[in-house]
Amino acid sequence: MSAPRSHPLAVITSLRLTVALLVLSIVLIFAATLDQVHLGVWGVQEKYFRSFFIFDQIPGTGFFFPVFPGGYFLGGALIINLVAAHFHRFRFSWKKAGIWLTHLGLILLLIGEGLSGMLQQDNQMRIDVGQTRRYSESFRETELAVIETTHPNYDRVVSIPAARLTVGASIQHPLLPFTLKTVAYYPNAMLRMRSQIPDAPPSVATAGEGTEMVATQIPLTTNPDEENWPTAYLELVGPEGSLGIFLASTMLEEPEAFTYEGRTWRLALRAKRDYLPFSITLQKFTHDIYPGTDIPRDFASTIHLRSDDGRDDREVRIFMNNPLRYGGRAFYQAGYANNDRTTVLQVVRNPSWQIPYLSCALIVAGLVLQFGIHLFAFFGRRRRPGRPVPAPSPIPS
Amino acid sequence: MKKHFALGALLLALAWVGSTLVPRGNTGEFDLTTFGRLPVLADGRIKPLDTIARTSLLMLQGRQYVAAGDGRELAPEEWLLDVFFHPELADTYRIFRIDNPDVLSLFNLGSGDTTGQVRFSFAQLQSGLPELDRQAQLADPVADAARTAFQRGAVELREHLEYYSRLKYSLAAPDGGQDLLADLGNPGRLAADRPGFQAMETYSLLRAVPPSTTSARFDDWQSLGHVLLESLSTGRVNPAVPFYAGLGRAWRARQPDTFNSLVKADQVVLSSRFPSVMRRCSIEAFFNQAEPFYTSLVLYVAAFLLAVISWLKWPAELGLAALRLMALAFLLATAGIIARMWLEGRPPVTNLYSSALFIGWGAVALCLFLERINRNAVASSAGALIGFSTLVIAHNLSLSGDTLEMMRAVLDSNFWLSTHVVTVTTGYASTFLAGFLAIIYILRGVLTRTLDRPTADSLARMVYGIVCFATLFSFVGTVLGGIWADQSWGRFWGWDPKENGALLIVLWNAVILHCRWGGLVKQRGLMCLAVFGNIVTAWSWFGTNMLGVGLHSYGFTNAAFEGLITFVALQLAIIGLAAIPRSRWRSAIPAGGG
Repeated sequence: MSAPRSHPLAVITSLRLTVALLVLSIVLIFAATLDQVHLGVWGVQEKYFRSFFIFDQIPGTGFFFPVFPGGYFLGGALIINLVAAHFHRFRFSWKKAGIWLTHLGLILLLIGEGLSGMLQQDNQMRIDVGQTRRYSESFRETELAVIETTHPNYDRVVSIPAARLTVGASIQHPLLPFTLKTVAYYPNAMLRMRSQIPDAPPSVATAGEGTEMVATQIPLTTNPDEENWPTAYLELVGPEGSLGIFLASTMLEEPEAFTYEGRTWRLALRAKRDYLPFSITLQKFTHDIYPGTDIPRDFASTIHLRSDDGRDDREVRIFMNNPLRYGGRAFYQAGYANNDRTTVLQVVRNPSWQIPYLSCALIVAGLVLQFGIHLFAFFGRRRRPGRPVPAPSPIPS
Repeated sequence: MKKHFALGALLLALAWVGSTLVPRGNTGEFDLTTFGRLPVLADGRIKPLDTIARTSLLMLQGRQYVAAGDGRELAPEEWLLDVFFHPELADTYRIFRIDNPDVLSLFNLGSGDTTGQVRFSFAQLQSGLPELDRQAQLADPVADAARTAFQRGAVELREHLEYYSRLKYSLAAPDGGQDLLADLGNPGRLAADRPGFQAMETYSLLRAVPPSTTSARFDDWQSLGHVLLESLSTGRVNPAVPFYAGLGRAWRARQPDTFNSLVKADQVVLSSRFPSVMRRCSIEAFFNQAEPFYTSLVLYVAAFLLAVISWLKWPAELGLAALRLMALAFLLATAGIIARMWLEGRPPVTNLYSSALFIGWGAVALCLFLERINRNAVASSAGALIGFSTLVIAHNLSLSGDTLEMMRAVLDSNFWLSTHVVTVTTGYASTFLAGFLAIIYILRGVLTRTLDRPTADSLARMVYGIVCFATLFSFVGTVLGGIWADQSWGRFWGWDPKENGALLIVLWNAVILHCRWGGLVKQRGLMCLAVFGNIVTAWSWFGTNMLGVGLHSYGFTNAAFEGLITFVALQLAIIGLAAIPRSRWRSAIPAGGG
């Protein structure tokens, strides 16, 4: 190492730092794996990998403090360490070409994973046999849809991300003749009929079907077999005053409907939608099992794909390990429901999906090259008799 | 003697291996061999009755033979025949293994029945079944990972008893008591047997009746109960019915001549109609009986002992003998793995059981290569040890049922199984190998005087080389897994426990290499890091499956947890041993060797 030990550049570029960062990454990944039992795979990604620090609560207080570096921090630090080392410490030589390639691929891989974390959109589509759909729904994100259904030929939709529905927030939109005020928002709640609970507290809702219901907030679940049911109480306020407090929940199948100033409206809290420039019709779903067992052998959806511009109008079979890639999205056979009458497709949109392929190819080429060089050098030395065989030493100096 | 020791050992081993490969004839009067090769459909594949008998016994009681009440030892086929055709006798065989004392206490057995016993008969357990069922139902809503040992034991025993009862309904109605063969000629009596046939159709574990055409579709195989009901409505009797009814009567009445002529005739008919199915079943039954992995396990033990002794005495001769025995065990394991691949029509690794076989195989292959470069019996001992350990692990994994299981739809891709799974398993194997070589370095250095400079340096070179190899393979394997995931469910990387486990191995190998390149560790440090690699790999292989979350964790496992903890503790103890100052080691190696 060329710089003296105490020099800050020497610290940033040092192999000791590399090793320390790798060990910290190992600890992070191990802890995250264990915590998956409690948080579920998405919760773990948010807490451990898509974060700069992991925060923990001081027992007995509401105060959070950072306890460990998160994925973004360690990934970023590794990139800095690597890039700095290459500029400062490494001198290119053909004997080290493998290391250069490997490290270049690694930097790309880390950047790609960061981009995926920020850009990737995971949605799903549930289609019944014979049904046509032209949107996918988010697994985790919720939106409030205010739909004007006055016109017989089209609807007008104003969609508001649930993250904006903080209590007390007022939302105004040029297409809406009223403002929306969030009275309460529960990330997960249970709805029951008021008639079934004799001693329920008075309803928060003052208008619509919500007055017949009781919404109780319950803790968020991370169990992959359970769902969260976001629920909100929303007050609609026109120039002349309140129009009433409505209940909206993803648990309600039918959206709340009302009329205001001669126009008809619907109000629904629902999974966030991504509208597609094409439509998908489920023609057939098959689900085979091995005879005499309940081990699934194959799931397959035969769909009809029609693009809005009319260029594509064809039948496609989506089955296990054979997705459809179309329109910047990939559609995978993910599951089924409803006695095999409904297919569940996973829809992934990730503009950076090719980066891991490129980076991994670089790393593999680099490793093969570097270890190949060692191996040939080792056998070359062995063939010359009478000389001691030193351990191969690729230490970059 | 010294001069020819290696040759003698090899010849002896060859003779023994040869003897296991000779098809064993029938020991009694009944032609059990032919019976064992008859095909049935179970668990989604066609397999010989021999496999049914053996896997059932392994699952229920952890061993393949049955001790009858009178001290006789029953072959698996004899036991199976009793279950089918002589159930009141089969109920008295002690074939249910119960390890949990709390589960045992549900059955009100006297101390005379339980002292020193872990296996019990259906008859002994029968009176406690309602209480067992109640306890198991209480445990049902509890998630698998959260169950207590008692709850797990109760649920498992109920599953075993249910399995056994369903087996009894497969070829005859166990509580009917009627003579089906006699009833066949009498439509009135046959119609009265209907409830028994319905029970057989509902509960049968096997579909023993081949399709009437030469159809190759598995769905066309039927249970005996099904064809019996069919013949009630159509009036036509399927030929399988008189066959199994006659077989049952001959077995009960102990008439070997009738029994033998029936199975022979059936074999001839089936062989002409389904030649490939029959060939496959014969080979599988032969494979079951030859037990190549057991033979290879014994050879690994012998090879390991010879290799270790060679460090003290007769290094050249014993070392060569160890290498030869290891090579023979390797060939046998190779043959076994190829036979399994042929039977299954799959790449070598399809489930946890086969991953154990393959990890051992891969590590031994590397050791054969290393031993060629350094003839000092070090690689032989490490290879034999890993080969032995992985086969023991595989044996324990085989206790959960048939190891040639069908692939779930998500995993049903020979291309990815043969690329991703094989590469990543090779990564596991090589990381383990580096760790075991390091253990040999530490144990020989601390405890014996046999670790001299050349041996130490050659070990260091081997560990370093294998870590490079392991880095490459675990990385490529992990990447291929990412590509598979991207191709099949839309994300390259999902932080699934098994993916994380594989990544940990890659990262740990990278740590070892960077420590070595940066001069942060010398020989001893390198060895400690490599031993820790064993812990990382064991976690990735088994620990992640114990979490019970994630896409990869298809149905496994509680019992292995204690084994994992013991293994980790052992590795830490060895690292602790290495931390003893060099001056206190029994082998005096100059410190600071590179």
